[in-house]
Amino acid sequence: MARRRDTAQQLASRAVQIAFLLGLFVLWYCATNFWGVNHLLLPNPVAVFHQLVDVLQGGEYLPDLRVTATEFVVAFVLATTTGTVVGFFVSLSRYSVRVFEPLFAGIYSIPIILFLPLYVLFFGLGMASKIGLGTTIAFFPIVLSTIAGFGNVDRTLVTAARSMGASNYQLFRYVLVPAALPVILTGLRMGFTVALLSILGSETIASLAGLGHHIVQLAEAMEMSRMFAYIVFVVAIATLLNVTVSYFEARGRRLG
Amino acid sequence: MSAGDVAIHVRNVGHQFGEAGEARSVRALADTSLDIVRGELLCLIGPSGCGKSTLLNVIGGLLTPSNGTVQVAGKPVRGPMPNDIAYIFQENALFPWNTVDENVRLGMLFQGVPKIEHAARAKKSLEAVGLAEFADHYPAQLSGGMRQRAALARALSLQTGILLMDEPFGALDEQTRMILGEDLSVLLASTEKTIVFVTHSLGEAVFLADRVAVFSARPGTIKKIIKVDEPHPRKPAFVTSEKFTELRNELYALLHDEIRKAVSSEAPRGRNGGAV
Repeated sequence: MARRRDTAQQLASRAVQIAFLLGLFVLWYCATNFWGVNHLLLPNPVAVFHQLVDVLQGGEYLPDLRVTATEFVVAFVLATTTGTVVGFFVSLSRYSVRVFEPLFAGIYSIPIILFLPLYVLFFGLGMASKIGLGTTIAFFPIVLSTIAGFGNVDRTLVTAARSMGASNYQLFRYVLVPAALPVILTGLRMGFTVALLSILGSETIASLAGLGHHIVQLAEAMEMSRMFAYIVFVVAIATLLNVTVSYFEARGRRLG
Repeated sequence: MSAGDVAIHVRNVGHQFGEAGEARSVRALADTSLDIVRGELLCLIGPSGCGKSTLLNVIGGLLTPSNGTVQVAGKPVRGPMPNDIAYIFQENALFPWNTVDENVRLGMLFQGVPKIEHAARAKKSLEAVGLAEFADHYPAQLSGGMRQRAALARALSLQTGILLMDEPFGALDEQTRMILGEDLSVLLASTEKTIVFVTHSLGEAVFLADRVAVFSARPGTIKKIIKVDEPHPRKPAFVTSEKFTELRNELYALLHDEIRKAVSSEAPRGRNGGAV
């Protein structure tokens, strides 16, 4: 019975969320159609829709999508590998946790995006600087959650496994990893989000190609409705990715 | 009870947490010697902080004592001996991400049992504790009592000669304790395992044990050993018998003074550190 009430509540809050978005959309429509807001500041949603259809049909987004996707995938894979490996080794001793955890947490709280000019200087305007920045930014939530995950495994479980004769590998594979996985997955989802954010963001600031780059170009050419069409496109991709990641996170939790 | 039947030799074991002289150092166990006979169930009982769990951990090889030695099956204990000793903890020692059946199999995997035997052994031990129908449940889906049955099944599947139980029913309510105690008595009558059982409960000690070792207050050592001469499996009627009451009263008298001492030594926290 509790479950039925939960679903009812969930449906109700979903309805409010959808109504909120629809309201925004109606406001947007009214502002551009009836209230005389300049179309250079805010294009008409219908015009944006037509542009979106055009963009999707033409496939002109493909080269930029390829660039952004490559930057993102490489950065996320690099951050995941380094973050989990470094996090695991830091978690092995109390001493190194005491030294490195506050250090990483401190750096994590700095807006690393400020170092973008430095990354551009070192790696150029191309993909490398975006990959470097995305990796750096995603590394911290991943390494911190990995340290927390491996550092807070219930000692009783470790002792129990040892008392039954578990080897180091067995302890890692059957106790430490499943115990730490839910926390690590949260870090991976956060790393995923900030990597995507910082890569798109830095493309809009200094770049040669990519979806962020293209959006800024359209803005400079005053093609507002097409720019909005691209923004909608990118938001749709990001939402899709986030939903997918959240789904895998929830699944991993259950399995973990 | 010839000398050759001794399963666990405890010789002059003492333990101190922290370095001597340090503010936080606690002498948990003083010079303790004990022989545990093959096939008997020995209860360790005493005031909290008296070192009974420390002694259990030393026997199980989970803790290296500051001094003294323990021998199990003729070998000195230097670390966990999974082939000789299985351990049951107070609670939460089941892997929460595995089902009951997977928990039992994992124990056998760790111990090194050939994979081909896992299914049959898991089934047998789960049947023995009455959990066969719950093999595919996760620990979180079970009651506290059922979780401890599952932990017992995991320990039984390891087929060790010795079972160490550290307040296994400590976190359970009185009724569940009673039922589990009765079931354990039946189970043990058929397995001939050597069992060391740490408990706070006088009734549980008398009901289950062949011998009860009473600890003195910290630094603890064995004050007296009481024999409970009653065959296993023990019937519920044993609880209401005169013999049970007498033994329970004797234990109570022995413990009462020690518990007073333990409690009053906790009061000036500065001197004793207050650690348990």
